[in-house]
Amino acid sequence: MTDTRQSEADRPDAALLPPVNVIEDKEGITLYADLPGVPKEKLKLQIEGDSVTIEGELALDVPEGLEVTHAEVGLPIFRRVFTLSKELDPNKISAELANGVLTLRIPKAEYAQPRRIQINSA
Amino acid sequence: MYRTLFPRDVFAELDRLQRELTQAFDLSPNIRGLARGSFPAINVGSTAKSVDIYAFAPGLEPGSIDVQLEKGVLTIAGERKPTAPSGDEKATVHIDERFAGRFRRVVSLPDDVDPNAVTANYRDGLLHVSARRNEASQPRRISIQ
Repeated sequence: MTDTRQSEADRPDAALLPPVNVIEDKEGITLYADLPGVPKEKLKLQIEGDSVTIEGELALDVPEGLEVTHAEVGLPIFRRVFTLSKELDPNKISAELANGVLTLRIPKAEYAQPRRIQINSA
Repeated sequence: MYRTLFPRDVFAELDRLQRELTQAFDLSPNIRGLARGSFPAINVGSTAKSVDIYAFAPGLEPGSIDVQLEKGVLTIAGERKPTAPSGDEKATVHIDERFAGRFRRVVSLPDDVDPNAVTANYRDGLLHVSARRNEASQPRRISIQ
């Protein structure tokens, strides 16, 4: 799984890059992404070929006439694109969003799962 | 002889270059993402009736966030646990960018905030603290007699 920052910078519409953790174990890869303020309805996960796009829009309940005096989050959109490697199975991705953290589980294709090979003595 | 090698005003050129660089970085916040080292990121806004603080603090239990207001200073504190290990000894961490550990952020509120009328709610990893301003300090139109 590689981070495709380059293709992201080429896009004309600016977005925040959400911080992620990527952990690989025997059966697959787990990705955690911080998407604070993004409700389930505003989260878009797109798998296209071997690339996974995470895109979320902030939904703040802003009172009328709010004047922003200090902003560390300057854009209302999070976006990040990852490229999957061959042994990962894009058809079996599962996703969960809880308290603003997205958890993506991408299992490895069956042929790529580790196997112990039995040695037969002749 | 040497003069011709340089633009007419080197310092003006350097200045321009620096300005352009600053501008270029400001226009592309996607590379920097959220400022690291300051968790949670905070946006503050105000209206005539209230002061609103938005803390972007994903992945917390609402009960574990400590929000305190003392002498006009609002403190948001808590702890974010590191991602639970999957129990697999051979698990490899490829990217580790998310904040883990204890955090504390402090915002000083304006004097006209009513300390008894502060509400906080946590949804989708976003903490919204709203502090109402005193009735007396809200803008009023004074009629001319």
